[in-house]
Amino acid sequence: MSTAAAPPTLRRQRRSFVGLWFVSPFLVVFAFVLITPVAYSIYLSVFRDRLVGGRSFVGLDNYAQLFADPKFWDGLGRVALFLAVQVPIMLALALVAALAIDSGRLRGSSFFRIAVFLPYAVPGVVAVLMWGFMYGDQFGLAANLNDLIGSEVVQPLTPQWILIAVGNIVTWEFVGYNMLIFYSALRAIPVDLYEAAAIDGAGSWRVVLSIKLPALRQAIVIATIFSIIGSFQLFNEPNILRTLIPSVISTYFTPNMYAYNLSFAGQQYAYAATLAIVMGVVTAVIAYVVQLRGSREADLR
Amino acid sequence: MSNSARRRIRGVAVLTAGALLGLGLTACSSGTSSTDSSSGSASDDTAAGAAALDAALEKGGELTYWTWTPSAEDQVAAFEKAYPNVHVTVVNTGGANDNNTKLQNAIKAGSGAPDVVQIEYQSLPQFVLPGDLLDLTPYGFADLESKYTAAGWGAVTTADGIWALPQDSGPMALFYNKTVFDEYGLTVPATWDEYIADAKKLHAADPSKIFANDPGDAGFTTSMIWQAGGRPFVSDGDTVTINLQDEGTKKFADMWNQLNEAGLLGDIPGWSDQWFTALGDGTIATVVIGGWMPGVFESGVPDGKGQWRVAPMPQYSAGEDVTANNGGSSEAVVKQTKNPELAAAFLRWLNSDQASIDVFLASGGFPATTADLESADFLGYESDYFGGQKINEVIVDSAKHVGEGWEYLPWQSYANSIFNDTVGKSYLNRSDLNEGLKSWQEQNVSYGEAQGFTVKTS
Repeated sequence: MSTAAAPPTLRRQRRSFVGLWFVSPFLVVFAFVLITPVAYSIYLSVFRDRLVGGRSFVGLDNYAQLFADPKFWDGLGRVALFLAVQVPIMLALALVAALAIDSGRLRGSSFFRIAVFLPYAVPGVVAVLMWGFMYGDQFGLAANLNDLIGSEVVQPLTPQWILIAVGNIVTWEFVGYNMLIFYSALRAIPVDLYEAAAIDGAGSWRVVLSIKLPALRQAIVIATIFSIIGSFQLFNEPNILRTLIPSVISTYFTPNMYAYNLSFAGQQYAYAATLAIVMGVVTAVIAYVVQLRGSREADLR
Repeated sequence: MSNSARRRIRGVAVLTAGALLGLGLTACSSGTSSTDSSSGSASDDTAAGAAALDAALEKGGELTYWTWTPSAEDQVAAFEKAYPNVHVTVVNTGGANDNNTKLQNAIKAGSGAPDVVQIEYQSLPQFVLPGDLLDLTPYGFADLESKYTAAGWGAVTTADGIWALPQDSGPMALFYNKTVFDEYGLTVPATWDEYIADAKKLHAADPSKIFANDPGDAGFTTSMIWQAGGRPFVSDGDTVTINLQDEGTKKFADMWNQLNEAGLLGDIPGWSDQWFTALGDGTIATVVIGGWMPGVFESGVPDGKGQWRVAPMPQYSAGEDVTANNGGSSEAVVKQTKNPELAAAFLRWLNSDQASIDVFLASGGFPATTADLESADFLGYESDYFGGQKINEVIVDSAKHVGEGWEYLPWQSYANSIFNDTVGKSYLNRSDLNEGLKSWQEQNVSYGEAQGFTVKTS
């Protein structure tokens, strides 16, 4: 290499070095809170801890075991079903609420907005306990309902109903949150669009279909991704209800509950880490597909 | 097993039953890898070990104690008064499950564990086996053996060492609501056949009443199997035998099936608010449970005052007299401790000094110390809550007839955690409990094998 070429190389190196300083606060935090735990989980997942014999390297055995584990598939199937049914219902309700508030035809819309949002402010544990009491078929609201109609029809805490019961709690908790996302997106629509629509003689439904919904597309994609992540991480609601009905909700009701019980009841930290990594990958892939699809369709318009 | 954090006392284990009693326990201490090195100078001389503890108490220091015993604060206050140089921080861990989880995590993390910790008998093996606890033999603890019941001492010792000191015990008895019994003309059952007959009679008279409440509880089931003569779990080093279809287990399951399949068992989870309400308002008529229950009644079920009575545990045939333990805890020193001598000294005071035990008894605890079990004051105590009945006479009598040779699994707390996934289904479907027990066995066999044990099934 010629000596003449050296100075620019040096300068280039120097420039990138300075840039690093600017991003270093972020990188340090990023490395500490994201990279390290993930790397450690991956490290854990290739070992196996035993009460007899201690820790040993097992390569990908944990992964092979997981993919052949009916309990894992049982939990994953359950959250997938939950995702397919509960998320559309919740987002549709949130959308309707946001459009209603935004329409300006609602009396006391600010009260309505706060009322719908309020459940989100209730701590999850409290919310589940509250619903747990209502669901009780001996002392709860469900018992009163059954008395009223004179049958035993309403039994939310039985194996047939439990997923719906959990879905109801989650919907109650998060409709307001999603409504707020939609509502703020609606507020960002320029007023001249509405004026133009009015001049063209568009009615309310035409405005909703041609202006509001297209403008909401990105917000809907984001809310969907949050909800997908939330569904795959389903834990609090079933785990707290489990104290009331330990035989109805199994220790592997959702993948997160399974991971929790594997590590804290069974001391199978490595296997739990394996499960966590697989679930992380599954969630990321599905969320990414949704995002890709959502933004591509937006581009096509 | 219910996950309630309020669960106070659960399960009783005999680490290795039988063989350990009467053997020279001090002799076993030398040369075990688990003996703490810092106390090496005293390990062969228990008198010197005990003296070292006295010196440590004089010197003083800081200790942390994790527990969920209601009287812990008062006991520690009495301790600090007697030994002003020692300061003990009490951390209420809320209940056995949370306590185990926190302890397991701290041990796994390598720091942050307490010096002294409460551990249920049935969970001891989980911590003894990986070597998480300090062997107390070098500190002269073998001399304390005579203070405790055989079952209590057996539960905290193995051939390799002394791992904890017993705090309480839970010989089972039948608690029944006399008001309900009188109202419906029920007689106190002496046998399980009579118990089932009573259950049917009450259900026929008023279906809203629950004669027996059992939503599926691992601690209760194992204790009932224990009484019926089943010994489904046997450990010998790294070899574990699991047979949840042995004669005694089937005997219990077949008997309990008569209630379960007939839909006569209430499904209110133990330790839930519903449960406490149902105990107080006469919905639940009987509870078969450990002898520590009176304390729970007094603090948790104030409405039931005057209504409840205690009777001996029902038998499989008239004239028999076999009971079992249900629940009970010990305290142990965690190996992580920086001050093993002081921790051991505190533990010795906590569970063997009369000043401490008196505070414990005053709070309604059921002791593991023979002197207290046999004291006239304790036996003659007339409980206001139980309508003036001398309840301790009944419970102490039960303590004398606990079936021998029972063992828990080395991973009992995990086994209990999956109990409702398996046996719970039989409860839920009101179907044959034997099927659920078989599936519980299967899952425990695969867990045991995954944990490196050699597991046999017969």
